Amino acid sequence: MSLATPGSAPADAPAVLSAPVRARRLRGARRAADLPGGRRPTGRRTAARFTPWLFLAGAVGLLLLFTYWPALNLFWYSVTDWDGIDLTKEFVGFDNYVQVFTDPRIFNVFWVSLYYFAASFAQMAIALYFATILSFSTRLSSLFRGILFFPYLINGVAVGFVFLYLFQPGGTLDTVLAWFGLADPPQWLGNPDIVNWSLAGTSVWRYTGLNFVLFLGAIQSIPHELYEAADLDGASRWQQFWAIIFPGIRRIIGLSFILAIAGSLSVFEIPFIMTGGANGSATFVIQTLQTAFNFRQVGLASAMAVVLLVIVLVVTWIQRRLFPDEKVDLT
Amino acid sequence: MARKALAGIGLLAAAGIVLSGCAGGGGGGDADNTIDGEVQGEIKVITWRTDLVEDGTFEEYAAAFNEEYPDVTVTFEGITDYAGEMLTRMSTTNYGDVIGIPAIQPDQYEQFLEPLGQTADFEDTYRFLPAASFDGTQYGIAFGGNANGVVYNKRVFEEAGVTTLPTSEAEWLDALQQVADNTDAIPLYTNYKDGWPLTQSFGNLGGITNDPDAPITMAEDPAPWTEGTDMYAIDSLLYESVAAGLTEPDPLTTNWEQSKVDLGTGKIAAMTLGSWAISQMQDAAETGGASADDIGFMAFPASVDGAQYAVIGGDYNLAVSKHSTAKAAAWAWIQWVVEHSGYTEAQGMVSPVIDAELPSTLAGLSDAGVELMEINPAPAGKEGLINEIADDSQIDLYGPLYRQKLVDIARGAADGDKASYFAELNERWAASAANVAD
Repeated sequence: MSLATPGSAPADAPAVLSAPVRARRLRGARRAADLPGGRRPTGRRTAARFTPWLFLAGAVGLLLLFTYWPALNLFWYSVTDWDGIDLTKEFVGFDNYVQVFTDPRIFNVFWVSLYYFAASFAQMAIALYFATILSFSTRLSSLFRGILFFPYLINGVAVGFVFLYLFQPGGTLDTVLAWFGLADPPQWLGNPDIVNWSLAGTSVWRYTGLNFVLFLGAIQSIPHELYEAADLDGASRWQQFWAIIFPGIRRIIGLSFILAIAGSLSVFEIPFIMTGGANGSATFVIQTLQTAFNFRQVGLASAMAVVLLVIVLVVTWIQRRLFPDEKVDLT
Repeated sequence: MARKALAGIGLLAAAGIVLSGCAGGGGGGDADNTIDGEVQGEIKVITWRTDLVEDGTFEEYAAAFNEEYPDVTVTFEGITDYAGEMLTRMSTTNYGDVIGIPAIQPDQYEQFLEPLGQTADFEDTYRFLPAASFDGTQYGIAFGGNANGVVYNKRVFEEAGVTTLPTSEAEWLDALQQVADNTDAIPLYTNYKDGWPLTQSFGNLGGITNDPDAPITMAEDPAPWTEGTDMYAIDSLLYESVAAGLTEPDPLTTNWEQSKVDLGTGKIAAMTLGSWAISQMQDAAETGGASADDIGFMAFPASVDGAQYAVIGGDYNLAVSKHSTAKAAAWAWIQWVVEHSGYTEAQGMVSPVIDAELPSTLAGLSDAGVELMEINPAPAGKEGLINEIADDSQIDLYGPLYRQKLVDIARGAADGDKASYFAELNERWAASAANVAD
């Protein structure tokens, strides 16, 4: 995320010795201290070797117990026919995976993700627009930053409920539209052609704040002299944006793009709260949940979860190959 | 360094395995701890009736129970999302002493529940035994039962000019049309968004063709969505009502709590629900300023040779946890609460005790000459068949998903029509029936 700042590292700075070099120095010093004391370096060295692990044990232990251990279990469930409760789990090999890839009902729901993917472009555009404007000295900019970031801080379930009331027939949205003479609005959630746009719109409202903060942070890390120089050369705001800001934050935009793809594949809480996946708004994650808990096929659902994980990893990998992580040089 | 890191991770992973291994095992190995043992100790009753825990009704039951069995301490725990949470909780050993059996397969009962005795020994005393019976062994006793049918607002039906209750799909649609034409009420409310009320009409399976073996008939039918079957009648009624525009305008924004008040006050004419809903609707009617007498209950609109049947079935079955430390006390509680607590009378439910009288809420059914019927136990080896096929085909008979799709098709929000969707359901059902038979 950080930008390379050319010419900022004098050759003689002692603080930036690489970690191995530092370690070698320390160890050398310690050995020198040990030698006059006698000849029992082995025991002490073993203890010293374990010391870092003692410090790490708590964090690594929790990580393994609550992240990797359940993940391993997920892989194990995905090759069984477990129904989520039975005490015995029968090994069925890759049957579940075969079913995930051969049952058209399972993969069809990925089309729903396209709505959220399309909406994520609107989301990035809005976020970039406001981040750029508010990075210049605008009146009340702190207040506007707060307002834009605020939706991201609200609990997703609460957002779902708020928008559920907004979209009800005769609800807030219809009332406001009526003031402008739109007397016959569609059913925002009841109409199958509109429901996914309504939900994707809710998602945009919620997540724009996150993109905004990412963009704003990146824009503010661009050295200020560049703007001053551009001002002196008579560049307009628009030219400054294209020549300085956009290339300066290209990597953050790339990152947001990955997040948008991964996010739109795994949309869950907003459609789950607002429609429960009914009316053609079920996403892959909702379908996984239904498979596990409505149809009690935890084995199959685990396989679906693993497939989703793999798809997200592959998409990320392709994205990294297409847009390599090159250094940005603004000079 | 990398190798050491791996070794460390391996060590911790091994520790994790040992730890999780410790969680298993356990359970009551005590020889005295049987259901025939001495009635004493502490029992925890886990219940779905959070309202009765909060308003102290259960505490009163416990006090009355203690007069008979003073050595037992009873505590209660209410769970709001009982059906979902209890399933997850049963993967541990700590799920209380007395529970309502959640949606587990009959062949799994022995893994989690204490056998109570031979089903044949209970048949003279209790109704609704089949649901909690496997292989001739009884694992639970129903905590009350319900009749299935339609809850409706009598006043709205009168205002609309419906004088005789419908006994066929055509008459039903006519009646709803009259309601739509002559009143402002929504004729039929599906509660599509909340989902579970959609599943209620499935309880009528068997009552339409007077087939007490309907679950097995359906499981063995390669095409249950064919005209003339119970399943066809149930789903067709919903489809045709929605297709004729006789249901709520926007199904995606329905609200169960509000719908109770609306039915009570006459903004909704009918809902397909079990008789358990009657007392709640009556309460809602009085809260909304209308009369509890407006709430009526009728059988599913179908008849066999002029006679109408309503299926009565058990609610949750109370059972003793296999890991209970006071099994005798838990079993004593179940028998007492089912027979002497007065729960079913207060709730307007059918008592599981055969000799008990029918509740007043079902007077409407008896007046209309509707006969009550129970579903027979499934033959050995086929107890879970219908559920297995349903799970495999992802047609959730007891869930809302496939009926939501049915409603979507009926209101033109999804592709297809009744014939194509029923054909698809039949195809999936037949394929899964073959799968399960393997």
